[in-house]
Amino acid sequence: MLNPTQLEISRRNLLITSAAAAAATSALPLSAAAQTSPTETKLISTVAFAVNGERRELNVDNRTTLLDALREHLHLTGTKKGCDHGQCGACTVMVDGRRINACLTLAVMHEGDEITTIEGLGQPGNLHPMQAAFVKHDGFQCGYCTPGQICSSVAVLEEIKANIPSHVTTNLTAPAAASAEEIRERMSGNICRCGAYSNIVDAITDVAGTRA
Amino acid sequence: MKFDTPATTNPIDQMKVVGKPIPRIDGDLKVTGRAKYAYEWHDASTPYAYGYPVGASIARGRIRSMDIAAAEKAPGVLAVVTTLAVGERKKGKFNTAKLFGGDEVQHYHQAIAVVVAENFEQARAAAALVKVDYAEEKGAFDLKEAMKTAEKPADSQQPDTSVGDFDATFGSAAITLDEAYSTPDQSHAMMEPNASIAAWDGDNVTVWTSSQMIDWWRADLATTLDIDKEKIHLMSPFIGGGFGGKLFLRSDAVLAVLGAQAAKRPVKVALPRPFMINNTTHRPATIQRIRIGAERDGKITAIAHESWSGDQPGGQLEAAVAQTRLLYAGANRMTAMRLATLNLPEGNAMRAPGEAPGLMALEIAMDEMAEKLGLDPIEFRILNDTQVDPEKPERPFSHRNLIGCLKLGAETFGWSSRGKPGARREGNWLIGQGVAVAFRNNMMLPSGARVRLDRQGIATVETDMTDIGTGSYTIIAQTAAEMLGLPMDRVAVQLGDSRFPVSAGSGGQFGANSSTSGVYAACVKLREAVAAKLGFNSDDVVFENGEVRSGNRSVPLTEAVGDEGLVGEDTMTWGDLTQTHQQSTFGAHFVEVGVDVATGESRVRRMLAVCAAGRILNPITARSQVIGAMTMGVGGALSEELAVDTRRGFFVNHDLAGYEVAVHADIPHQDVIFMDETDPMSSPMKAKGVGELGLCGVSAAIANAIYNASGVRVRHYPLTLDKLIGNLPDVA
Repeated sequence: MLNPTQLEISRRNLLITSAAAAAATSALPLSAAAQTSPTETKLISTVAFAVNGERRELNVDNRTTLLDALREHLHLTGTKKGCDHGQCGACTVMVDGRRINACLTLAVMHEGDEITTIEGLGQPGNLHPMQAAFVKHDGFQCGYCTPGQICSSVAVLEEIKANIPSHVTTNLTAPAAASAEEIRERMSGNICRCGAYSNIVDAITDVAGTRA
Repeated sequence: MKFDTPATTNPIDQMKVVGKPIPRIDGDLKVTGRAKYAYEWHDASTPYAYGYPVGASIARGRIRSMDIAAAEKAPGVLAVVTTLAVGERKKGKFNTAKLFGGDEVQHYHQAIAVVVAENFEQARAAAALVKVDYAEEKGAFDLKEAMKTAEKPADSQQPDTSVGDFDATFGSAAITLDEAYSTPDQSHAMMEPNASIAAWDGDNVTVWTSSQMIDWWRADLATTLDIDKEKIHLMSPFIGGGFGGKLFLRSDAVLAVLGAQAAKRPVKVALPRPFMINNTTHRPATIQRIRIGAERDGKITAIAHESWSGDQPGGQLEAAVAQTRLLYAGANRMTAMRLATLNLPEGNAMRAPGEAPGLMALEIAMDEMAEKLGLDPIEFRILNDTQVDPEKPERPFSHRNLIGCLKLGAETFGWSSRGKPGARREGNWLIGQGVAVAFRNNMMLPSGARVRLDRQGIATVETDMTDIGTGSYTIIAQTAAEMLGLPMDRVAVQLGDSRFPVSAGSGGQFGANSSTSGVYAACVKLREAVAAKLGFNSDDVVFENGEVRSGNRSVPLTEAVGDEGLVGEDTMTWGDLTQTHQQSTFGAHFVEVGVDVATGESRVRRMLAVCAAGRILNPITARSQVIGAMTMGVGGALSEELAVDTRRGFFVNHDLAGYEVAVHADIPHQDVIFMDETDPMSSPMKAKGVGELGLCGVSAAIANAIYNASGVRVRHYPLTLDKLIGNLPDVA
């Protein structure tokens, strides 16, 4: 998975082609690296990644976000486009186990990655515990932010389990707790304009096995 | 069916299904990502193309010319449709500003072109290549300036009312208040952007869109495109929030239809988030003046509420004085609203239009007045309760238990622990409590439905009603289940399709009561058809446990309807009970806040709403509407404000980072109590609306709590820290 530093390097290297640059971009998928030519613009790339455990290979416009690759190419429209620039969280998916905004990352950056979307968590009749808790606590109204809220919720509990601190964690030496305050802080990148927050926290707390 | 006499006992009163906390029947689809929203309809054999809009970059003027050569030559581009090429179009009945067509620019980001390409990225890139030559004109963008020349609008907008002699009574009142308040422009900011797919088939067009009001959209789309309404098929079964932002036809639908015509392909158009706020509508800002005069015993003798708002030429008032005409007693009263011409984007309905901004002001004024009188704010409101329309005392309220809401809320919330302003402090936090009244009228619109009962014993309800998150699917199923004596899993509901009977739609908190009443009427027809087929006397027929019974005869419904099944269809229409009786919904909001003594940052710590809104059809979905409204009220109190660039004439913070709605970290656990009541004047459901009531008064309760916490009175929303910090108590 790319981290911001690698992303910065890859951006710079899109503009130059040299042996040194090629070495520096060895973390990049071959198909993306191959297109960086100063004289020719190749607009379409091939990228392959796993979505919900299934390997998918796509030819995408290089500008295609992971979000649009999922929605427009794979027709996995459970992942929502609310703002398309990282402000609302409706597009939250998990890449290699970590939640990200699918609108802020290009599909071609995900060669070989494992992507989990809402469709991979559970299906009607076979809901993931978090999906079932959202239904039970009515953690949504219009439902448009809901897949993002649920993907975020699942990842938040994993982050707490992994003892990753947040802005509101007061004691860095004690194990992180799935308190209402921690959940609210960690979920604040997922906007719900219908205002189901109180119910969403109840749902997450229910799954976490603690009380708000 | 016409509802023109108060409801008596009917099958809904059994409350075996209606009124029960049944989880949403569309819940599994939504939590698994299977609910299909407008932009998501997909047919593998259809070669969809993508449209990307271009918006005007001036606020007012004319387009001299558009250079689309580069865009047309860009990779993947199939068509570029410009506002100049399509020319002037008729405007939809419900639109104030035009959506597309002609050379006039009426507001910033008005749609002026749509670029259609093979893929989204190509369309977006090509849209940036369109060059426009404008003849810019000066405009008015500042309400404070424009209010000086504001005018009284047509009587149809009910700008003025007056009873008794306000001026004389106010002049001689023992205790008086005369203050100015303001509320900013606000944005609906629903999570699903306005989006449409249009597909032509000959001269018929199908549009998958995101609409609260199917029939209004269909009619206005027909007008705008100058085609026969019958040739338009509209689909909107799932809507990602609306709050009024999807009441009226929007540009995405028009651009998709025109783009599809030009490209000869089905076309998808979603409004980009940063385009939505200036392209679509918003809740207009208001400047309000409130005067209250009372005797020393706390009885209001004179009350006046004036409001100024702006809109595009030909636009409408933000009716911020509406509740003041009905909420409190007082023999001498006046209200007045004036409309300024502004060249900002179109102002229009947003959740609880009128009452939401009106109560933001009025309920601060009531808090201030109570303090002047030395009365508890709850006691002051109870003293001035009225059981009749105070402007027309011959009109009683159909049912009004505002006092019950206030008393139960005070007891539940622990109101008696509230201290004097600035008196309670915990560490750096100044703690305070506030209360405000919620009030919103109960409106009804005609609403139709068709109910089919097949030989498997499954009832299918079809209506063009929409579910914008409110729970329409579920309460409609509950209604049909109750009427037909079926369990919930024997009822299917299909919504949001223009081929179905025309319903009330979703808005003005009229949706739940109106649409379930329409389903009630259709079920009555179906029950009659079943009884007639069996030769039963329909007066004593009972539908229960999947059977229909009359006297000692009973027949399973599966058998009764026969192989062909039976259908009932009807439309509920309304008599004059809303004229003879004032029908409203009531509530009380209680809020506890902390204000950081050093920074002036306000945090909401506790919230309670007590609502009196007739029969609650489903306490789960009704509660969700109310907590959602309370959440919107937190945004309205503390952060939501469209910032106007008064030189260039547009809303600057036109995305979700700049326009700050409440997020998880802003919202504490919320409590809601519904008063146990019915209102037989409202409908056979005996229900009223609740979704807008929940927003009314919330922001004022927060403002009052901030005053109680800090001793700083702020009358201009939002209550950001800069308005508090200069007057906070010493930190030490």
